[in-house]
Amino acid sequence: MSKTSYLNPFKAIKYLFDKPQTLRYPFETKEIADRYRGFHKNDWEKCTGCGNCADICPNKAITMVKIDQLEAKPEKGIKDERPQIDYGRCCFCGLCVDICPPGALTLTKDFFHIHFDTNTFTFIPKDEKLDKETYKSEKDYSIFQASLAHRKENYDGFSPDMRYALFEPDRVEMPEIEPDKRKLSFIEQVIGYDKEQAKKEAERCLECKLCEDACPANLKISEYVDAIYKDKPKESLEKIYEDNPIPSICGRICMKHCEDACSLRIRGDALAIRWLKRYAADQIKNFKEELEIHPGEPTGKKIGIIGAGPSGLSLAYFLRLQGHEVFVYDELPGGGGTVRIGPPTYRLPLETIDKDVNYIESLGVKFKFNTKVGKDIEFEKILNNNDAVFIGIGNTISFSTRVKNSEKCELALDFLKDNKIGEQRKVGKEVIVIGGGNVAMDVARETIRLQHMQYPDEEVTTKIVSLEDWNELPASEEEVKESKEEGIQFNPAWGPKEVILDADANIKGLLCKKVKSVFDEKGRFSPKFIEGVEKLLKGDMIIEAIGQRPDFSFLPDELKDRLEFTKRKKVNVDENGMTSIPKIFAGGDIVNLNLDAVTAIADAKVAAKGINRFLLNK
Amino acid sequence: MRELELYFGPQHLGMVGNFSIRLKVEGDRIIKADANPGFLHRGFEKLMERRTWMQNFPLVCRINVVEPDHMELIYSMGVEKLAGIEVPERGKYIRSICCELARVGSHLFGLWAYANMLGFDTVAQWAMYHRDLILDLFEELTGARVYHIYIRPGGVRRDFPDGFTEKVVETLHKIGSKVPDYNATFFENSLFRKRAEGIGKLSQEEAKSMGAVGHALKATGMKYDIRKIEPYAAYDQVDFDIPTRKGGDAYSRLLTIRDEMIESVHMIFKLIDKMPDKGEVYTKTPNPFKWNIPKGDAYVRCESSRGELGLYMVSDGGDKPYRAHFNTPSFNHGLTVLEKALVGESVSDVGNIMISLYIVAPEIDR
Repeated sequence: MSKTSYLNPFKAIKYLFDKPQTLRYPFETKEIADRYRGFHKNDWEKCTGCGNCADICPNKAITMVKIDQLEAKPEKGIKDERPQIDYGRCCFCGLCVDICPPGALTLTKDFFHIHFDTNTFTFIPKDEKLDKETYKSEKDYSIFQASLAHRKENYDGFSPDMRYALFEPDRVEMPEIEPDKRKLSFIEQVIGYDKEQAKKEAERCLECKLCEDACPANLKISEYVDAIYKDKPKESLEKIYEDNPIPSICGRICMKHCEDACSLRIRGDALAIRWLKRYAADQIKNFKEELEIHPGEPTGKKIGIIGAGPSGLSLAYFLRLQGHEVFVYDELPGGGGTVRIGPPTYRLPLETIDKDVNYIESLGVKFKFNTKVGKDIEFEKILNNNDAVFIGIGNTISFSTRVKNSEKCELALDFLKDNKIGEQRKVGKEVIVIGGGNVAMDVARETIRLQHMQYPDEEVTTKIVSLEDWNELPASEEEVKESKEEGIQFNPAWGPKEVILDADANIKGLLCKKVKSVFDEKGRFSPKFIEGVEKLLKGDMIIEAIGQRPDFSFLPDELKDRLEFTKRKKVNVDENGMTSIPKIFAGGDIVNLNLDAVTAIADAKVAAKGINRFLLNK
Repeated sequence: MRELELYFGPQHLGMVGNFSIRLKVEGDRIIKADANPGFLHRGFEKLMERRTWMQNFPLVCRINVVEPDHMELIYSMGVEKLAGIEVPERGKYIRSICCELARVGSHLFGLWAYANMLGFDTVAQWAMYHRDLILDLFEELTGARVYHIYIRPGGVRRDFPDGFTEKVVETLHKIGSKVPDYNATFFENSLFRKRAEGIGKLSQEEAKSMGAVGHALKATGMKYDIRKIEPYAAYDQVDFDIPTRKGGDAYSRLLTIRDEMIESVHMIFKLIDKMPDKGEVYTKTPNPFKWNIPKGDAYVRCESSRGELGLYMVSDGGDKPYRAHFNTPSFNHGLTVLEKALVGESVSDVGNIMISLYIVAPEIDR
């Protein structure tokens, strides 16, 4: 170092001639960095109101407030709440941006707000699209008016970026049997998570509970998923049992409305809630020994339930926990109803159904299987012997297309039932399945398995003919994808016209006509066809899977007349699940439009409360 | 002569912040000094017990206003040690570059405080302006100028923006080119030398026994730097020197700070050259709402711009720290070292000595 001197500092005089570095703010402004963490902006159309921002906020600056003009859509996972930010507490850390599952929250480069009223610092952010008043164009913006109510448009700073998101967007893949292998037998397709996989998947849950609002039966999903994450499958299963007494069944075939609402699905994969439920149910080998669930004190009331399907089973369980005596009648040799005969073995093996049914039986529910009401026992007898009766018979009669020669076709439910609990059917080498719903997929996928088993190493085909086009197929995406993987051919937007027979009156094929539209302007089912455009599909067997209806023939005529139906031909029930006939309750597929197990459970929950109220008031 | 008790601060122009010293003086000479902290107690360590592992990193930076990055770093290192998380290579380099930039910024701020205190306002303005240039870099990298909230458990929050390294090099050259001017007006200015030389003198033994760290210890001739002793981030990847001085007084301390700044700039260039071009910048940590860290405790330390900074953290297996305790350099400097260094000095040099020790009041009261 050179020597110090008193004269050295005078070298600084040269700076007198430099341009000053000070900006003459606000006339001269500085460019704000692209990642600047300023005020929030929220895209209300993307925002689901899940509240994860409020949960992660270290300073509790964010509260979710109800917005009157917004409509909650629980089935889509959208709440009518939006975040409100208190800028007296906000530390602008941006954790809310990084946790936001839909990527709706953004921090902008605006940071000015001066006001005498401290209430103005509490603020519900919107974005340019919805709030044109606040967000000004470059031209209209003035720094002298800058505030939370006067901001620049398109002035994004710290923005959501999937690479740095705080949640895990990718699902733990479910191990499955390969399509080429699984189509050769009825082996269960899904193998199931192991402990590590289940914990890893359960860890993804953000606990926003959008799924719980979407679930018809309102299962406490975030709690049972958290119990799986904490490696407590027993607690998890007991939590499931509070709302759903058939976890082994629902863990396999639930229509998972919850996953359609999961906030993770927006920029990633939905949490595998169904598979986690299945994991919890599979982990407990013996429900009876391990679960601590007990029937209530005897009340002396008796309830008769017709149909041991999901609604009947659930109701029996809920009422048994209240201490009532429950009798369940079903024509099948075991419990499960539609889920016993419908979902093929590769999706829902009989053992898993029996596991759930046996547990409900072990709690003291009295099952009367192989008992067809109306034939083996009179309905009046059940009605007279019990304090309340529940009808959960489901849809048991398949519709036919009623085209020419359709009497030669097979019907879906009979086909599925025989394969599952009876003798396996003999199938043709070229099979046509009519229908585009999940039942049609089940039929087609069962057929292709039977074909491979019955004609090994031979050329076989299964074709699906549906009125609906690809984008309107009623079957779930998952089913369609797996059907395609297994080699099923689709003929969407074709309708059956005539079953063609050969000289020996055997099926030769199906004449189809092109569909113009399936629904009318009001969205009602009313197919229109393009005249003259036809094609012939070759086939030696045709199975019709176009829908089912209930069979009320067991009801005495007097009661049948009094039973009221809705416009959509469903049994009309009140808020207690009671039909137009006192003492008779109903639920399941004959009541709801979803036609699935979890909605049947939801009906049973309503009916259980209703019956309880009905019996205690009496 | 009569002894007098004098309250120096917390409201005093020469004070470093919300901090005060009770002086016993005889004439102009200080006989005894009692540090009196507690005006800035915000209970951070307690607050940390109420926040989850992820919610804590926006909080810890506030413990030191001047240089938040090392606070974020030490907290992240603590969490990583407890949870057994490895930081990716590029993340380590970014952390090192970020911390060295912070060191330069922090030393410039210290230089401003010191020059300002002694009345060298020109130099003080330069230092403040140059610190602002560093803050511009931080704004671009992290989105904020002061509380960067950037180094998170597992790595860093975002990768470098496009063209960032070029901007760093350009800015550092701009600041570096002014070193001769700084030297001429300040370090080689006889006025400054007369004010600082021999003031607040500590021998190496005294410094060691009283827990002096960082530049206060380096100015007594001891090469003690956590970056060398216990390398973290990417400090084991580059070669650098630890500047020392022999004097042990305020003057030596200031020169150490200057040399350290220059060394940091060189180190940033080396780090940028050696840094991997691509790669992850952070290791994915568990879902912040479900992140439980196994039972255990950890002590981690790093070299902040004021010296060794330590953190002892205990996890009881929950989603929040059971206890966190910081070992901050200003605590040692502000209480024990300062009390010793002030004895025998003139009242007019209290601020001089205090700032030369680089005491940051918020670090004392956590």
